[in-house]
Amino acid sequence: MTKDVTYREAMGRAIRDAMKADDRVFIMGEDVARYGGTYAVTKGLADEFGEDRVRDTPLSESGFTGAGIGAAIGGMRPIVEIMTVNFSLLALDQILNTAATFRHMSGGQVGVPLVIRIATGAGRQLAAQHSHSLENWFAHIPGLRVLAPATVQDAYAMLAPALEDPDPVIIFEHVMLYGRTEPLDVSAPADLHFAAVRRTGTDISLITYGGSLPKTLEAAEALAGEGIDAEVLDLRVLRPLDNVAILETVSKTRRAVVVDEGWLTGSLAAEVSARIMEGAFWELDAPVGRVCSAEIPIPYPKHLEEAALPQVDRIVAAAKAAMGR
Amino acid sequence: MTTKATDDIRPHLTHEHCLHLMKQMIRIRRFEEKCAELYTQEKIRGFLHLYIGEEAVATGVMEALGDEDAVVATYREHGHALVRGVPAQGIMAEMFGKVDGVSRGRGGSMHLFDAERRFYGGNAIVGGGLPLAVGLALADKMQGRDRVTVCFFGEGAVAEGEFHESLNLAALWKLPVLFVCENNGYAMGTALDRSESETDIHAKAASYKLPAEVVDGMNVVDVEAAARRAVHAIRAGEGPYFLECRTYRFRAHSMFDPQLYRTKDEVAAWEEKGPVIRFRDWMMAAGMAHDADLARIEEEVASEIAAAVTFAEASDWESVDTMLEDVGAMA
Repeated sequence: MTKDVTYREAMGRAIRDAMKADDRVFIMGEDVARYGGTYAVTKGLADEFGEDRVRDTPLSESGFTGAGIGAAIGGMRPIVEIMTVNFSLLALDQILNTAATFRHMSGGQVGVPLVIRIATGAGRQLAAQHSHSLENWFAHIPGLRVLAPATVQDAYAMLAPALEDPDPVIIFEHVMLYGRTEPLDVSAPADLHFAAVRRTGTDISLITYGGSLPKTLEAAEALAGEGIDAEVLDLRVLRPLDNVAILETVSKTRRAVVVDEGWLTGSLAAEVSARIMEGAFWELDAPVGRVCSAEIPIPYPKHLEEAALPQVDRIVAAAKAAMGR
Repeated sequence: MTTKATDDIRPHLTHEHCLHLMKQMIRIRRFEEKCAELYTQEKIRGFLHLYIGEEAVATGVMEALGDEDAVVATYREHGHALVRGVPAQGIMAEMFGKVDGVSRGRGGSMHLFDAERRFYGGNAIVGGGLPLAVGLALADKMQGRDRVTVCFFGEGAVAEGEFHESLNLAALWKLPVLFVCENNGYAMGTALDRSESETDIHAKAASYKLPAEVVDGMNVVDVEAAARRAVHAIRAGEGPYFLECRTYRFRAHSMFDPQLYRTKDEVAAWEEKGPVIRFRDWMMAAGMAHDADLARIEEEVASEIAAAVTFAEASDWESVDTMLEDVGAMA
């Protein structure tokens, strides 16, 4: 059943299968149809489903995101693609003030079953305005579900349940994951609730999500070479966070480093760290470490960009510090 | 809007219909006068934006709609909700913040919702409702449903990006949206000519290639006639339509507004050509109404509002225990 495919192909296949399964599903965004998607996720879909259901939009992030909200309320199951997370800021009002708010503010009457896919993250030398990792901003908002598929399997399997969710779901796709190839089993369902242990270990918990997962797994292998057995927890769902899984792994290993491409201050890593403090303080043998992005606008030159982002060596160093080595 | 809209392209100014229009406007006027009074008694808190002076716009437009059509409004939406058929008692209880309010008391004055009547707020972000209306219409078009979405907004929204994005999208995709700009001359305290290089709003709208008209928003019959024309064209598949209704807000922007930006004379001059006075005078002169008709309307409205206040007073507060409900359906 499993087949090796890229993350990009898996996401494209997920959209295609969802559109085949349900006439109400359609996708809209900038250059999703004729261009085939900025990251080629939607390539070929317009030919298969027509430009009514694979809908190119003008450069109007607030307008078409709001239109997605209205269409969702009107009975459709829209997928809105926002090219990159920096552009999502132009739609943040609609996401926060309308999509996330309507169900509660209307006393439960009006839900917004909308999926918004957003490319995120740095690593392609795109400089300060195209390299953000703002997942944490969205994870701050009650009324949203925020997903960060970090594997090919999740890239495929999380979309269908996201479309079934009666409330808005944001899916963050890290740009450095699109080209990764991993096995995919299209018949394996995914949940939208639980973090996943991607590597079991006993000495320290490395907690991460999205584009930082491959780096963290690599760091865990490097640590193994030095006799440190790291467990890697992939958060998968950034809101609501799987508190149980976080506390479980930390209670087992008694040490934790959180790896998060967001800026350090006010990061998701800070939230995870606070939860560990609240829920597992007496289990800890060392302070919780954080590996985040440097607090600068991400620079263009390769060496500076690399230095600004969480990297394997920094994860290894943070883990060793937590081990007292 | 308790009557099913006919698809007539013109209003029929029968005795009965004129009295109906008058009653709708009086319902808004008296309901809001009561709200202002209840605000001073601290029964209603937060922001309270009164529609007094602008009643002809919501009243006239709503006549062109049927039950299946949708309404998107702003934070100055009590009148729209009332004439859409949302029960006055549910609206009043919402203003009180009580659990029997239309939005369970959680929204208050600015966030009236009634999904059954396809009344989608109650939006306090200026311009925020326009993309929503575009989306509702997109869903209708994609599903082949013969429905119209009406979107009300003030002229202040015209300066927001959403205005331009939404008009462009609706025109580009030929969506069944009726955009109704309630141009009352002031975005809170900023006069139109202090915020817009082009003060003819319909001219801006027309640049997006949709039919755009200017309407005397103080004349309920003119508004109804324009709305019927517009809805007729939209239902014929001609795409979106734009009405700029020129009107005036008699009361302050909200209860906190000292109105330093306009003169009392200016307000008084507009009040003289107010929608209720003007329509009443016309009806009397045309023999369409008599003092007894108007007295009966006032009586019926007073009793409806008194019942709404009694209902709101008697309603409970939502328990703090249920506060977390409905953040998400799966939570």
